[in-house]
Amino acid sequence: MIEVVMPQMGESIVEGTLTRWLKKPGEKVERDEPLFEISTDKVDTEIPSPAAGVLAEILVQEGETVAIKTLVAKISEGGEAAAPAAAPAEEKKEAAAEPPPSEKVKDGVPEAPAAAPTQAAPAPAAPAPQQEAVDADEVLGPLSPLVRKMAREYNIDLSQVRGTGAGGRISKQDLEAYMAAQGARTIESAPAAAAAAPAAPKAAPAPAAPVAPLQPLKNRVEPLSIMRQKIAEHMVNSKRTSPHVTTIHRVDMTKIAKLRDKAKNEFKNRNGFSLTFLSFVTQATAQALRAFPIVNASIEGTNILYHGDINIGIAVALDGGLIVPVIKNADEKNTTGLQRSIADLANRARSKQLKPDDISGGTFSITNFGSFGSLFATPVINQPQVAILGTGSVIKEAVVQEDDSIAIRSMMYLALTFDHRLIDGALADQFCQKVKQILENWSEQIL
Amino acid sequence: MLCEVQDLGRLGWAEAYERQRALAEQRKRDEIPNQLLFVEHPHVVTLGRNAHEENILAPREVLERAGIQMFETNRGGDVTYHGPGQIVGYPILDLNGWKRDVHAYVRTLEESIIRALNQFGIQGERSSLNTGVWVNGAKICAIGVHISRWVTSHGFALNLDTDLNYFRYIVPCGLSAPVTSMEQQGVRATRAEVIDALVHHFSECFEFEVQVLETAQ
Repeated sequence: MIEVVMPQMGESIVEGTLTRWLKKPGEKVERDEPLFEISTDKVDTEIPSPAAGVLAEILVQEGETVAIKTLVAKISEGGEAAAPAAAPAEEKKEAAAEPPPSEKVKDGVPEAPAAAPTQAAPAPAAPAPQQEAVDADEVLGPLSPLVRKMAREYNIDLSQVRGTGAGGRISKQDLEAYMAAQGARTIESAPAAAAAAPAAPKAAPAPAAPVAPLQPLKNRVEPLSIMRQKIAEHMVNSKRTSPHVTTIHRVDMTKIAKLRDKAKNEFKNRNGFSLTFLSFVTQATAQALRAFPIVNASIEGTNILYHGDINIGIAVALDGGLIVPVIKNADEKNTTGLQRSIADLANRARSKQLKPDDISGGTFSITNFGSFGSLFATPVINQPQVAILGTGSVIKEAVVQEDDSIAIRSMMYLALTFDHRLIDGALADQFCQKVKQILENWSEQIL
Repeated sequence: MLCEVQDLGRLGWAEAYERQRALAEQRKRDEIPNQLLFVEHPHVVTLGRNAHEENILAPREVLERAGIQMFETNRGGDVTYHGPGQIVGYPILDLNGWKRDVHAYVRTLEESIIRALNQFGIQGERSSLNTGVWVNGAKICAIGVHISRWVTSHGFALNLDTDLNYFRYIVPCGLSAPVTSMEQQGVRATRAEVIDALVHHFSECFEFEVQVLETAQ
């Protein structure tokens, strides 16, 4: 059995991502024929097979990043051992008889994030684990480094674990299932054991018996998605560009809440999407932006660019990121029109159907963290805009009224973050008061 | 070591890819010396091996309507755009005769581009974020490489006077790192001048002897 390892593609390279297998288990491969592809640092590399034979086993799946010298596959020489089931017998002999080249140890061990799989591979460096690994192989056939490592960490007797993989091979899932079952049993039997006083120690000198079947938390390295990288860069860039100041205003949404309660069922029936507070806030904001054009502006060098259009971006949370599609000419739309745009953009953002035009040209942004229960937050400006409005949850509160009575009102915090290079606090607050005043004195019909 | 340099001029992406493949095979068999090809592609969006579909924003129809072709490739990296005004370089090098080191290769490629840009007064730099060459946080040159038996293909794409608007089709969320071009950096230079500079610094950084071939196109 020939062992195939993650090659070292350069002096400073300690790991590689296996991007694609070019052969399937059981398939024949010629010596030097491309066997798999790896990716490091935007370089994609085809790795040729070190020997002719049959790809017996794949130990590292596509998408996994492993340390160099990690065992990624095994190739059986001579066609007859093609079936994976036939592998264990042959493998057993090899593992015991053929010490891996010492280079393996020298190169593989020092790298911290990668140490685990390397160590678990049958390497002569660590006598104890190796012993165990070889023993396990004798009895149980080939085990993945991960399974060996887990077995060692949780002190599991592998001969007790039922393997469901090819040829009865024990997989990580098998081990987890076993641990879960063991954990359950331990808990069940705990009171009895306690009653029986000094519980007889098990054969294995278990320092920590698997009491609770907790999933092991491990260090894990995974690359930032491209979207994440872009967001990170954008956020840092924005904070570096603009002195951020956030001002908070409290708005009484009771009138709108009542209007919405009355209209929402019919609205939904008629339009097929729900009426939310966000469309009211967007409409009020668009009107306020008309009154305060400097909030709808950008800084260009030593000039102020007042935008001719009011294009409001609405932040939409996605899995692992966010996107800010834009409602063009938001000031020309009514509540229903805005709600339609919001629903449409959010849907298409989540189903990745946005067009380039949908996310460009924004002149101001709104982020509705209230939908996740936040009262108020301090959002980051979406450059090159100069302000962003955050809307908190609408919550019923006991509010002292003008006449000193106390009433239950639907309240919401508005948080405006503005670029203090261009906008001063007084103006920002006037802008917020404008939005507040429009919302509290809502006069438009909705339907 | 000898490296032949050839400017193929305007060439479709698929044709250039075939050409690269054929040359890489020849290079593996040691039938030809190292090669450095320059081309200019018509509008095209290509997906690297690690490409995330979500980084193409426009549906295929929209791209087609905008006259942009789309290809999947075997280079490293994500989605990128090529088009007129961009100097695309494809080094077909046998790294066995140089250094068998992927990082060293990419870093040296970056270095030669940074030096060439410097000749035009542009301060190019590397970014920890991403391979390629950057100017003030904007990418001016993208890099994506494929290696098979230590023979390289694909390479770099330097924006000379590219219409940067085309990049918006692959911008992943309006929050993208900006792209820039030599023109946007205030440099007026011809394609031939920039290629000359690139060849010069490429040969210095890699310590290759270059031989510029006359091109039919």
